[in-house]
Amino acid sequence: MNLKPETLARIDEVIPHYPSKRSATLPLLHLIQEDVGYIPQEAIEWVAARLELQPINVYEVVTFYPMFRQKPIGRRHVKVCRTLSCALLGAYRTCETFEREFGVRRGEVSADGEVTVDFVECLASCGTAPVVMIDDALHEKVDVARTQELSAQIRREAAARS
Amino acid sequence: MTSPAKTELVTVNIDGKEIAVPKGTNVIEAARLVGVDVPHYCYHPKLSVVGNCRMCLVEMGMPAVDPATKAPVMDPATGCQKINWIPRPQIGCATNASPGLHIRTQTPQIRDCREGVMEFLLINHPLDCPICDQAGECKLQEQSTGYGRGYSRFVEQKNVKPKRTQLGPRVTLDDERCILCSRCIRFSKEIAKDDVLGFIDRGSYSTLTCYPGRKLENNYSLNTVDICPVGALTSTDFRFKMRVWFLKQTNSLDTESSVGANTVVWSREGVIYRITPRRNDAVNDTWMADSGRLLYKAVRAESRLTAKDSLAALLARAETILRLSPGLAAVVGSGQSSVEEQFLTRQLAHALNAPAYLVSRTAEGDGILVSADRNPNVRGALVTGLVSDLPQPYLDDLGEAIDRGDVRTVVSVGEDLMAAGLSATQLAKISVIQLGTQVCASSVAASVVIPTLTVFEKAGTMINQQFRLQRFAKAVAGPVGAFDDLEVLARLIAAAGGPAEPSDLAGVWTRLAAEIPALRGLSYAAVPETGVVLDASPWASLPFVEGESLHHRPALVAASA
Ligand code: SF4
Ligand code: FES
Ligand code: FES
Repeated sequence: MNLKPETLARIDEVIPHYPSKRSATLPLLHLIQEDVGYIPQEAIEWVAARLELQPINVYEVVTFYPMFRQKPIGRRHVKVCRTLSCALLGAYRTCETFEREFGVRRGEVSADGEVTVDFVECLASCGTAPVVMIDDALHEKVDVARTQELSAQIRREAAARS
Repeated sequence: MTSPAKTELVTVNIDGKEIAVPKGTNVIEAARLVGVDVPHYCYHPKLSVVGNCRMCLVEMGMPAVDPATKAPVMDPATGCQKINWIPRPQIGCATNASPGLHIRTQTPQIRDCREGVMEFLLINHPLDCPICDQAGECKLQEQSTGYGRGYSRFVEQKNVKPKRTQLGPRVTLDDERCILCSRCIRFSKEIAKDDVLGFIDRGSYSTLTCYPGRKLENNYSLNTVDICPVGALTSTDFRFKMRVWFLKQTNSLDTESSVGANTVVWSREGVIYRITPRRNDAVNDTWMADSGRLLYKAVRAESRLTAKDSLAALLARAETILRLSPGLAAVVGSGQSSVEEQFLTRQLAHALNAPAYLVSRTAEGDGILVSADRNPNVRGALVTGLVSDLPQPYLDDLGEAIDRGDVRTVVSVGEDLMAAGLSATQLAKISVIQLGTQVCASSVAASVVIPTLTVFEKAGTMINQQFRLQRFAKAVAGPVGAFDDLEVLARLIAAAGGPAEPSDLAGVWTRLAAEIPALRGLSYAAVPETGVVLDASPWASLPFVEGESLHHRPALVAASA
């Protein structure tokens, strides 16, 4: 497992916070996903060994929580809420527009490796539905026009980086 | 695990019947004692309790007491103490007996609960009983009879899941049939100590799986098939071979080691189809090793010995050989023979005035149900007086005696003399009378071969590592041209000029009960299904090879600990 020294330090720090090592499974997975971008199988086995568990115990946790990814995603993660309020106010249209803008289907990585579009469950901003999170930033009332603006912005930022 | 403390008894009331049970016994077990069946899936008496299937719901009540004075509150209508019933049902598997506990299992509410749980369990179930191996011994099928709806209200699509995953070399999984009880997971973790199974994608798509890259391949994997209450886990060997309701069940023993796990042999019309464990809480609980389940393959093996000649003709040849070199014979007995056969082997050695040998078979024990002593009945040889010391792996003494010319004839009761260390040169110097079931180097070299029966084709007893005398019964008839071991031995004794010995089980037991101090007063019929522990003190100082295993601590270890 090739983790950054900071990640390893934080892992060492977090484990003793729990009465039993097993309880540190979730925080460790979060730290690893933050570092690597997803949870490779190797990480499952690494966490198991570190917490004196069997790999299947960690694998169960990883597959239970939708926020843990077992495959790499694009550099930018577009998360469209599809729970009730957002769904009623056009979340599907929003999601489909993102998919068209980046030529990608939900759950997949765009050809240039830039974007992954996903549906997620309620982002706790139902009053301003439909809402979208791009990486850590929340965007409210994302109708088709706003979707196109946001997409253009992502493309601009990508161009600026290259 | 739910082994209740032996001491304190508490009285509980189940469906109106009072019964005293050890404190802590759960409601399912307590109800069993009064003949009340509480349907259940996830609960297993030898595994931890998780309470996830909800099939065992019962109504629960406690005697009412005045909150202030703690005085019993009486019910004027009945004159008895009033029972406060909890309005909601409780799970029986996780409810333990406490004084005055009242349980109702036959109320409309409980019926409703069971029907509700069944409907949920069947929602995603493929209902493929006609092609399912579990049919006939499926708890889901059984409970459907009592609590199923008969028609489905489910109009949505059923979940689609993997239909034939090879979890390992011996176990096949149909995930659509799995009711997510987690028995197999708990067994792997708690008993086999091989935690490879788990539920992934928990939620509507919960799927039982083995960790990617690992296999359910430990030597206990088939126990998961036994305890799976539905047809999700099936034995790759038994799959699609035979409907279970056609099979006859015969109680037998696992002869792969001195543990003597209790088994059931399942056969139809003289053919064995599978072997499963039989519960014995003092020996193997409800488990057995996978390796022991394959032993029946010896019955119809390519290498099976049968004779074209009659037994009388074979015995006549044996007699000629025995007469040729009187006083120069040796007998090699076997730790795989039954107690009765070992007794007659001893009598044969006496009649021939010949030394008796035994061959040891050892390998590493697994600490569970396969011990280091791979002979099932070395203790039988000690108890019957066939030998007085523990056997060696090789017959070096016998080899030297042959080289000296002191032994010219060897009667081998089922042992391969070559595998037991005699050289081809030594074999060439002697005449061998070989008894046995399989072709081996020594049957090839023998002057007379008398084919005998496998453990599945005869009845008898064996003495396991705990000095527990256990019975095995005859499951199928032997093939034409193989002869009953007791009859062969009794007639060999006669051929050797010895006294008349009985050749039937009851007869041999009359002799055993009279001759063998440890077996005094016993008879074959009187041995309980769970066996009887003999007085082992005469052999207490012998360095038996077994280590610790389930329900067995070697006496020497126990003493020094
Ligand atoms: S496979 Fe069988 S034993 Fe295992 S969880 Fe499913 S139903 Fe239970
Ligand atoms: S439903 Fe979308 S934020 Fe709550
Ligand atoms: S047997 Fe009690 S919940 Fe499953």
